[in-house]
Amino acid sequence: MTKLTPVLSAHWDEKDSHTLAGYQRHGGYNSVKKALAMDPDAVIQTVKDSGLRGRGGAGFPTGNKWGFIPQGDNKDHYLVVNADESEPGTCKDTPLLLANPHVLVEGVIIASYAIRAKHAFIYIRGEVTHVTRRLLQAIDDAYKAGFLGKNILGTGFDLELTLHIGAGAYICGEETALLDSLEGFRGQPRLRPPFPAIAGLYARPTVVNNVESIASVPAIIEKGAEWFASLGTEKSKGFTLYSLSGHVNNPGQFEAPLGITLRELLDLAGGIRTGHTLKFWTPGGSSTPIFTDAHLDTPLDYESVSAAGSMLGTKALQIFDETTCVLRAVLRWTEFYKHESCGKCTPCREGTWWLVQILRDLENGKGSEADLAKLLDLCDNLLGRSFCALGDGAASPIMSSIKYFRDEYLAHLTHGGCPFDPVASTLFASSKVGA
Amino acid sequence: MSLTPTPNQFDENFLSRLDAIIARYPRSRSAIMPMLHLVQARDGYVTPEGIEVIAEKLDLTTAEVHAVASFYTQYRKTPAGEYHVGVCTNTLCAIMGGDEIFAGLENHLGIENNERTADGKVSLEHIECNAACDYAPVVMVNWEFFDNQTVASAKTLVDDLRAGKKPAPTRGPNSVPTFKEASEVLAGFNDGRANEGVQAGEPTLLGLKIAKGERK
Repeated sequence: MTKLTPVLSAHWDEKDSHTLAGYQRHGGYNSVKKALAMDPDAVIQTVKDSGLRGRGGAGFPTGNKWGFIPQGDNKDHYLVVNADESEPGTCKDTPLLLANPHVLVEGVIIASYAIRAKHAFIYIRGEVTHVTRRLLQAIDDAYKAGFLGKNILGTGFDLELTLHIGAGAYICGEETALLDSLEGFRGQPRLRPPFPAIAGLYARPTVVNNVESIASVPAIIEKGAEWFASLGTEKSKGFTLYSLSGHVNNPGQFEAPLGITLRELLDLAGGIRTGHTLKFWTPGGSSTPIFTDAHLDTPLDYESVSAAGSMLGTKALQIFDETTCVLRAVLRWTEFYKHESCGKCTPCREGTWWLVQILRDLENGKGSEADLAKLLDLCDNLLGRSFCALGDGAASPIMSSIKYFRDEYLAHLTHGGCPFDPVASTLFASSKVGA
Repeated sequence: MSLTPTPNQFDENFLSRLDAIIARYPRSRSAIMPMLHLVQARDGYVTPEGIEVIAEKLDLTTAEVHAVASFYTQYRKTPAGEYHVGVCTNTLCAIMGGDEIFAGLENHLGIENNERTADGKVSLEHIECNAACDYAPVVMVNWEFFDNQTVASAKTLVDDLRAGKKPAPTRGPNSVPTFKEASEVLAGFNDGRANEGVQAGEPTLLGLKIAKGERK
């Protein structure tokens, strides 16, 4: 018996799953009708009762976030969906939106109604042209069908939905940087408090939620909070998308209750690349400390992953086998953080630069064992001391890899460079194509 | 060279599209990013004239517009090729073969990162994670997905692009758009091609098919 629970992905195998007709064939937009007949506070309560937590990495309870919006304040409220999926390894929102953009639009309508927003925004990264098309079309079709615009379904509820397209800046996945970007500025994070719930977009009360969080709302409205809460674990309720990539025989998306283990997921993915063994993996993208084969049975829920020293993050499981040099992997991630550091705070701007220099030297067999202490010292000045979580993320792969693979770092010094053959880790190595 | 645009430099269609972008937002300044994408749709990169017209429309200084444009990687200081080819060399794709693909294309095209072939057809860039890790190694052309690439397939791809063929992305429209056409979509203008191409690739459907007993 499979543990898989396709809800969001239930109809992705139908050729027209991305169209309005395809979505409505399976009850699409019925949850809007149901929600708009409810009191907005009752919608918030339903989402609170479901136990849905943010699927973008932080795991904050979604209903509570909605409840923080002050009501009766005579101010405009905004809903902003974070579709700036850019965390290395993370590839769940993009296929979701390609296959079914309407479920997000439906979730947006329900969430906006709940928080009394009359204008919502979806902020999508700029590097996915076809996903952008699908969203533009879905929004057009939803307007034409009367699910967006004035007096939706005759209820008197008005909602405008604008797709905002980014331009290649990972930092804009950070919610306050995203808001600055949406306001037309450089995407740099804001000091909190005030939190977006009090002063967000245009200094108005704003909810910022991840795509998957909002896309989960229609099913909760349709089937009820109890149904959702019956899945998953006690504190990590519901189902979610796990994305397996890297050295597995069959990479892909697996929608399962929170708490499934990597061992179970690997079984579904056909195991580690044939003839190889698991070396290290990320539970939730590159910003989450790496795990090893010692964590195969760690339940992949918020609490268990955290107790084991990492974070569930975006459930982006990047799998690397024994042919992979951990220092090469970590250096590449660090180069990414250096490139994406917005420059606002010194620890991150300068720290990521120095981290890259030291790691490059180590990869080339230069430097000494004392450089590992220097790396950890720099990480110590990033983690918790940067302006936003980007700096924390930059420290995570370095600190965790030195913890598990210190000897491999040192082997670069004794070997006078990288002891690994990079070709052995490629997909072409086994299939002998592409040379 | 004068950087001051004369009104007839921009056609009415372009100017009215700038206004249409402004109308999407409660506050005009929010329009700056899609306007920059639209300038790239016109000029292939962010031109000084483009900066000036945005500044004028939004009542900002050109310095303010430039400060935004220079922050975001996709806004180009130099013209993109008709086909802008991005090879993912973030950790996972790099390790699965992205480094070999990027080196292979540099060698094959005779250009380096962020350069353009002499015929103006192809520009090359090593890009960061593009949210398609279950399809690694990934190559993007004008931000359309070309999944599961090899060194050989990527070379064939750029040869086809230079030969004027318009190959179909793995998950995208029936033929790859030009850089300018794609930039228009990124400015938020629907080109009517949303229903072309597959709804999902095999890795996207793997879990679902296992759950339905269609795959092991």
